[in-house]
Amino acid sequence: MDRFISKLLFIAACSSIAILALIALFIFKEGVPIIIRSGLGHFLFGRIWSPLEGQFGILPFIIGSLWVTAGALILGVPLGVACAVFLAEFAPARLAAVLKPAIELLAGIPSVVYGFLGVMWLAPIIRVHLGGPGLSILAASCVLAIMILPTIVGVSIDAIHAVPRSYKEGSLALGATEWQTAWRVILPAARSGILAGVILGMGRAVGETMAVIMISGNATQIPHSILDSVRTLTANIAIEMGYAVGDHREALFATGIVLFFFIMALNTVALRVARRRF
Amino acid sequence: MNRISMKALAVFVSCGFVFAALASNGCSRASANSITLAGSTAFQPFAEKLAERYGETHKDVQINVQGGGSAVGIQSALSGAAQIGMADLLELPPEAAALKSTVVARDGIAIVVNPVNSIKALTIDQARDVFSGKVANWKDLGGSDSPIHVISREEGSGTRRSFDKLVLVGAKLAPSALFQNSTGTVRQAVASDPTAIGYVSIGLVNDKVKALTYNGVPANDTNVKNGSYPLARPIFLLTKGEPSPQTKAFLDYMLSDEAQKTLEKEGLIAAK
Repeated sequence: MDRFISKLLFIAACSSIAILALIALFIFKEGVPIIIRSGLGHFLFGRIWSPLEGQFGILPFIIGSLWVTAGALILGVPLGVACAVFLAEFAPARLAAVLKPAIELLAGIPSVVYGFLGVMWLAPIIRVHLGGPGLSILAASCVLAIMILPTIVGVSIDAIHAVPRSYKEGSLALGATEWQTAWRVILPAARSGILAGVILGMGRAVGETMAVIMISGNATQIPHSILDSVRTLTANIAIEMGYAVGDHREALFATGIVLFFFIMALNTVALRVARRRF
Repeated sequence: MNRISMKALAVFVSCGFVFAALASNGCSRASANSITLAGSTAFQPFAEKLAERYGETHKDVQINVQGGGSAVGIQSALSGAAQIGMADLLELPPEAAALKSTVVARDGIAIVVNPVNSIKALTIDQARDVFSGKVANWKDLGGSDSPIHVISREEGSGTRRSFDKLVLVGAKLAPSALFQNSTGTVRQAVASDPTAIGYVSIGLVNDKVKALTYNGVPANDTNVKNGSYPLARPIFLLTKGEPSPQTKAFLDYMLSDEAQKTLEKEGLIAAK
């Protein structure tokens, strides 16, 4: 009987891998031909996206994804890690019991709501005070920074809790202050765990679609400043999928392949880093 | 313990199968008694209104109206995913040759700016220069000294294709143009940005945005109808082969005087 169940579970486990394999197979089958036809170099480094005229350069979108993600990390990581250190080390237990679920709740807000807030509230502020169209890299980065907070905070708190108590006690016993202990001992010891959280957050930022479509303006140019509008890889697929036929459709699948490698690389790095834990 | 967990597992797995079977069954049954329209987001709100009216007197028929854009309208009519495809294009592309097309209405395209913008009119050349990025500041048109934010529809939209043909005429859209993927979001973007310019169906112009006169002609239904306002395109309903009696009945309804009057009241131009 046990063997039967373990077989059944094995089949269940295989099915999820099979789904992944099928998805990969399908994306590649649909997307690879256009990459071959227009040339990998032209596809990846072409600057002009004009699908109805047969020009499929996705460099602006690769750069757009990188900018938006980098912006989200620059804003979100210090905030998230600081938040995690406070909650794990300094906050009174009662306060932490309220704050931690509140931050986790951020993860439950649908991304379209974030996008809506960004359009109605953040973009006009940026346009009035900083210039540009408002729907920009900066706006998208701000919203994504908030969206990746729960991931970074949650994983970082776990990493900090995983640091052996003796480290902290030893440091305090040597006369270091609480702050010195947190900054010099606990954070370095929890580094790999925190890094894993950051990379998971990065994966979410790269993959986010709805909110980004709403607040990044989706221009097909290569941005010159953080106040310029950009289009990310995910947004490009989502915006044009509905209309695309023929080569255009294949080019969107090819965009998906690039995104696929992007996220695979991130996850591999995350796994590597996370494994180097205590 | 072992037996219980095994039972639970069995129940769990069989639930999955039952659910899958129900889902596929449900889908096929729904299509027997329903009509699906898909395509043009410009015509979608009007189609919904007509479907609602029609549903009041025909309770046995269920009408689903989906968006997706004109290309989706053509694709889904070809593939049979929708009984009726909707497309707002100046002319149908060659792949639609296999479909039977009926013009249900005509729709004007208004060039819109934020109400606080002092510009009231554009000539043909000015409109082309603004949307192609040649003129990038409102002061070149006699407005305030602020950059022009061009907002367009995405590649493949019927409104976009018609606009490109009618206004840009061969010129390319400005590379810095922002994209919104429905008529409603273009209007929203223009309404919230004092320096933006975009284009939407005349039927969807409201008090949040200001329609500019084009070549001296105000963008309104009367001018589209008498032909003096040139930015307009027909809205096609596409069917593949002989439509089912139900589909045919709804098509006839949409072309009936009553429905055409409703469309006119909502801001479109009747086909007849």
